[in-house]
Amino acid sequence: MKEVNKSIPKKEGMGLSFGRPAYTDDLAPQNSLIVKVLRSPYAFARIKSIDTELAEKLTGVKCVLTYKNVPRNIVTRAGQGYPEPSPHDKFILDEYVRYIGDEVAAVAAEDEAAAEEALKLIHVEYEVLQPVLDFEEAVDHPSVIHPEKEAHEMFPIGYQPARNIAAEYNMSFGDMEETIKGCKYVTSEIYYTQAQNHTAMETHSCFSYIDLHGRLTIVSSTQTPFHVRRIVAEALGISIDSIRVIKPRIGGGYGGKQALHGEFITSLVALRTGRPAKLIYSREDVFEASYCRHAMKIQVTLGADEAGNIKAIDMNILSNTGAYGEHALTVFMVAGSKTLPIYNKAEAVRFGGTVVYTNLTPAGAFRGYGAIQGNFALESTVDMLAEKIGMDPMEFRTKNMIREGESSPVFRIMGEGTEGVDMVMDSCKLDYCMRRGLELSNWHDKYPRMQLEANKVRGIGGAIAMQGSGIPAIDMAAAAIKLNDGGFFNLMIGATDIGTGSDTILAQIAAEELGVSTDKVVPYSSDTDLTPFDCGAYASSTTYVSGNAVRKAARKMRALIEEAAAEKLGLDAKAVVMDGELIRAKDCSCFITLADLSTKLYYSHRQNQLLSCESFSGEVSPPPFMAGFAEVEIDTETGNIDLLDYTAVVDCGVTINPNLALIQVEGGLVQGIGMALYEEVKHAENGKLLTNDFLKYHIPTRKEINKLTVEFAESYEPTGPHGAKSVGEIGIDTPPAAIANAIYNAIGVRFTKLPITPEDVLLALRKKGR
Amino acid sequence: MRITLTINNLKRDVEIAPGEVLYDVLKKCGISSVKKGCGTANCGVCTVLLNGRPIPSCSYLAVRADGHCITTIEGVEEEADNIGSLMNEEGAVQCGFCTPGFLLTAIAMKRELNNPTEEEIKSYLLGNLCRCSGYEGQMRAVKRYMEVSQ
Repeated sequence: MKEVNKSIPKKEGMGLSFGRPAYTDDLAPQNSLIVKVLRSPYAFARIKSIDTELAEKLTGVKCVLTYKNVPRNIVTRAGQGYPEPSPHDKFILDEYVRYIGDEVAAVAAEDEAAAEEALKLIHVEYEVLQPVLDFEEAVDHPSVIHPEKEAHEMFPIGYQPARNIAAEYNMSFGDMEETIKGCKYVTSEIYYTQAQNHTAMETHSCFSYIDLHGRLTIVSSTQTPFHVRRIVAEALGISIDSIRVIKPRIGGGYGGKQALHGEFITSLVALRTGRPAKLIYSREDVFEASYCRHAMKIQVTLGADEAGNIKAIDMNILSNTGAYGEHALTVFMVAGSKTLPIYNKAEAVRFGGTVVYTNLTPAGAFRGYGAIQGNFALESTVDMLAEKIGMDPMEFRTKNMIREGESSPVFRIMGEGTEGVDMVMDSCKLDYCMRRGLELSNWHDKYPRMQLEANKVRGIGGAIAMQGSGIPAIDMAAAAIKLNDGGFFNLMIGATDIGTGSDTILAQIAAEELGVSTDKVVPYSSDTDLTPFDCGAYASSTTYVSGNAVRKAARKMRALIEEAAAEKLGLDAKAVVMDGELIRAKDCSCFITLADLSTKLYYSHRQNQLLSCESFSGEVSPPPFMAGFAEVEIDTETGNIDLLDYTAVVDCGVTINPNLALIQVEGGLVQGIGMALYEEVKHAENGKLLTNDFLKYHIPTRKEINKLTVEFAESYEPTGPHGAKSVGEIGIDTPPAAIANAIYNAIGVRFTKLPITPEDVLLALRKKGR
Repeated sequence: MRITLTINNLKRDVEIAPGEVLYDVLKKCGISSVKKGCGTANCGVCTVLLNGRPIPSCSYLAVRADGHCITTIEGVEEEADNIGSLMNEEGAVQCGFCTPGFLLTAIAMKRELNNPTEEEIKSYLLGNLCRCSGYEGQMRAVKRYMEVSQ
């Protein structure tokens, strides 16, 4: 392999380093109207009256939108495939406001100051309603958060809005009660995970304008431009052919930009005023009024026989989707579908639960997408059960975990909102990841603890994880490749580079297949008028799903080139072969260079544009796997938790670009470490989010990150492009469980709630001491 | 009110509103490289150099910069090329939104500190948050950068 498995620097890396105009706000026209949103001060209220007259009269104000003057079409902003597995429960603006930060009205003005002033001039009278703030009390609460008659599901997802239930699902195989009865060792525990914030450095941003053809163009910091086009058409009630969506460079997504944010409002303003309109979220807007991770309560029961074979896994979840149901069903299902197959020999498996509405910031997609929540619960319980049995927890995992060539009934039963697909693990190097991780982390010397000084103790803990590579049979990607004169290529992809480097790695995949250098492939991505369809950057799909589409398109282009060259050389197509940048007769009797061929093709002889287009939709979703090992040092006087080292050994198939893959894993680990130790979400009694800036909400800084040790297993996924699986999410899954297990091994206290803070440690130690 | 700023070695008279922050003034002056991440001086994305020292332009009143020298990445292209290339080789430019501010801080650090320890490097760069990279790739690049002779 010449062009893949090679750490080529990102194509746009230097341009971004120099700060060239690239992001949404950089590109917005100078004369854009500034859009601001009036947000609800109440967790749950009905707007009794809203008076915008003074705001509209203010100099510089061009447009004021309220629920009274916008189209009333109910949609989901989730940004998923169609039909969506999320309930349709959101109007552009509504007479009900359902959390502190929900949209009440929007104004567009000539400048920031006028827009701010106009917000203050809107007079709203609210009928304040009793909010639902505790998700454990949401089901059948006297307050119904979505009383609107239009709210509906697209297909059965267990939607019961009258009971505040956004989704419900249950599955099982084997006889749980009997199997548990037959288990010598049984452990059961309840866990709580928090509503983590994405905190992409670029806040949610978009602008809309009407182009020369009179069409609506939306430039948006989005992970899903094609879904944005479809959902804006649906919400505004306009024809989809009148909309173009362009994704420029994105300043980080991690799932937070899968859903729609300001696009409805800027588009309505542009349509009504004829002026470009931009909406740039403030950091406070992002915290309070975009999306967060679904907070969950997870009960896990595990049973094993005398020999330490896991026989039963029972997982029950209550998930909090907040005020709207974006990704309600699917995140909750992934908590099971991307954890339960790890222990694939269990004879009885049961998974189920409920996703509820509350009057809090809506939850949505976030890297890990349920798997991190499920992993924390399952992998903590695995350690507890191993202790009961008296086995080393990693040995216990090794005995029970899935292996290459094996499958799990869960794959067929559980998909994302629908049934899944049967899969056999063609590539699974989890056993290598485990062995190598034990070595790298010095597990056998360090497990379980080392007492240093009187008040300092170290512990080591581990966890294993899996993710997926796109949503099989649903996610679709297409790629087009165009040969230019001079012998270079344009690669047009719907795939959405959100900072991951996918434009570069997709160019590498094309170059590898074509046998040319990556320099010769110019990627252009995510423009709904100019690039073929792609569902977008989510569900760890880009390398695998979009990458396979690119590889197929490149293979087709190669055939077109060989055919054209054969014609020029007067040979049969089968008698020529493309060999790097020349196409020669197989018997080496003659050749033509790619540059010469392409120039002749467009200027001199039987002119013909070569263009290939191919699509891919996965029949399977080969999981990447990893083993993670955390070493912590606890100060038993202050409760301080120092994460000394995090070791990760990852099987993501062939790494297309090892350095970019490494950063994907390291970045994922640190977000997982943030969820485990630092990222605390606090609300006031009225439901107001208190942790709404970087002073109060602590993401890891470089001080907290001491040492990350990341290695990749040698692995080849036969269904992947050049052997690759996905790598975007797998890194985030293990830190919460591995760190909780390490802390337990250090001080003998089991934490079941995230994040684990020094205060928690100290309180627990005091309690233990008593 | 009018103030005088030397932006990337070019002296400019600028009309500002009294409460205006430096970030907004730089944007008005056509500087595209400075991005805003939080507006509360916590993330470091909007870093520029004021007389060579990193400051968060989103929360720095423009009037305080009157008569001083402001440097953005456009003003240190050669140094930015050095550290930027190393960052790219390591794959550490992910979404890139924090990169210009981060590079400016790294450049200021190299000018200011001689043979810093890893802890000193971390302390100097502490205010520049990154949510993509996990910091390690940046650190690998910065260590190589600090070894290159000035």
